[in-house]
Amino acid sequence: MMLGPVDYSVWLGSFLLEAFVVVYAFFRKEFVRYLTLNLYMLSAAVVTCGSYICIKTFGYVSASYFYYYYYTDSLLYVLMYFVLIQFYERIFVEMKVSRYFRVVATVLLAAIALFSYSVAHQIKGHLTQQFVVQLEQNLNFVGVVLVYVLWGAMLKMHETRTRLIQLVLALGVYYSATAGVYALQNLFPALPGHIFLWIPPIMGLWLPLAWAYTFTKVSEDARLAPARLQVRVR
Amino acid sequence: MMPAAICVISVSAFLQFFVLHCRSLLASCRNVELSAHVREVTGVATAVFAADDFYRLLQLVRLCPERRDDRSEILAVGTYFGFLGVLRRLARLSVPRVAAWAEQERRNCSYFAAVVLDRRISCSRALLTQQAAENI
Repeated sequence: MMLGPVDYSVWLGSFLLEAFVVVYAFFRKEFVRYLTLNLYMLSAAVVTCGSYICIKTFGYVSASYFYYYYYTDSLLYVLMYFVLIQFYERIFVEMKVSRYFRVVATVLLAAIALFSYSVAHQIKGHLTQQFVVQLEQNLNFVGVVLVYVLWGAMLKMHETRTRLIQLVLALGVYYSATAGVYALQNLFPALPGHIFLWIPPIMGLWLPLAWAYTFTKVSEDARLAPARLQVRVR
Repeated sequence: MMPAAICVISVSAFLQFFVLHCRSLLASCRNVELSAHVREVTGVATAVFAADDFYRLLQLVRLCPERRDDRSEILAVGTYFGFLGVLRRLARLSVPRVAAWAEQERRNCSYFAAVVLDRRISCSRALLTQQAAENI
């Protein structure tokens, strides 16, 4: 199986956007303020470069690329949890409960790691496609739940920072689309694979694109009432 | 059973997050006052734009020199407008309240397109003024 120009364009696009978010934050002196987010974007850019080297060296259908893709993806999920923790901390900053969030997040992360280890231990030596699809689906779904709870907290706390609102909503779109695709793949393994192959890279492009837009167009001082965004059908 | 539940919850969460994200883009334009130029160009004198004006406004937007920074929001709102069109058609007979909400949202999309057009016209005028000043 060969990669076409569209695959390379999506790939290059995500790499450039990820790098842009980091460089932009650095020059605007916002790197530390959004530290975990920038570290995630930086790592995602490095992983994208590594994927290219891995494919060029071993090939797209090689076992090496298969392991590289899913292991680095798992590491990126761990980093993304730290991004979510930082969002939670920012929303609850006035309540001074950051310490509790860190404890809960660490316990949650350890529980996911332990669960994944126990499953991987049972099937060691044959990390199958079915298993990784299920693992990705579960990890993304935990992400959906966490973002959903975060959005609920934002509504409850009357959070008005437009930048934070847009960053969280973009993350929600990313997690829910990815979890949905992996769940579909798990449900219908016989469906044509190209649908499942396309959506994760597109979502990989969506997240840095939406975040780049938010950082460049929405100022830190911009305010928006999240309750106004809720759909009310009269 | 579990993947089916995850799939249904994820798809509904996706729709909700996508709609909220697009509404946050529209909300940032809602309070922007349109200039007289854009009203003159579009031929709309009132503050309200019709939903069906959206594509006409986008065509006018495309006639102006392109600004790289507004492409992604135009794409997102364009997708949202298409989604609302499908929703409106589906809900028109069965759930009229949803159809009315979709129509209101489509009008907001048109207003958003008018704001984008206004920004591009202002940008083009500024460029022309700058060029004229350089020629003198």
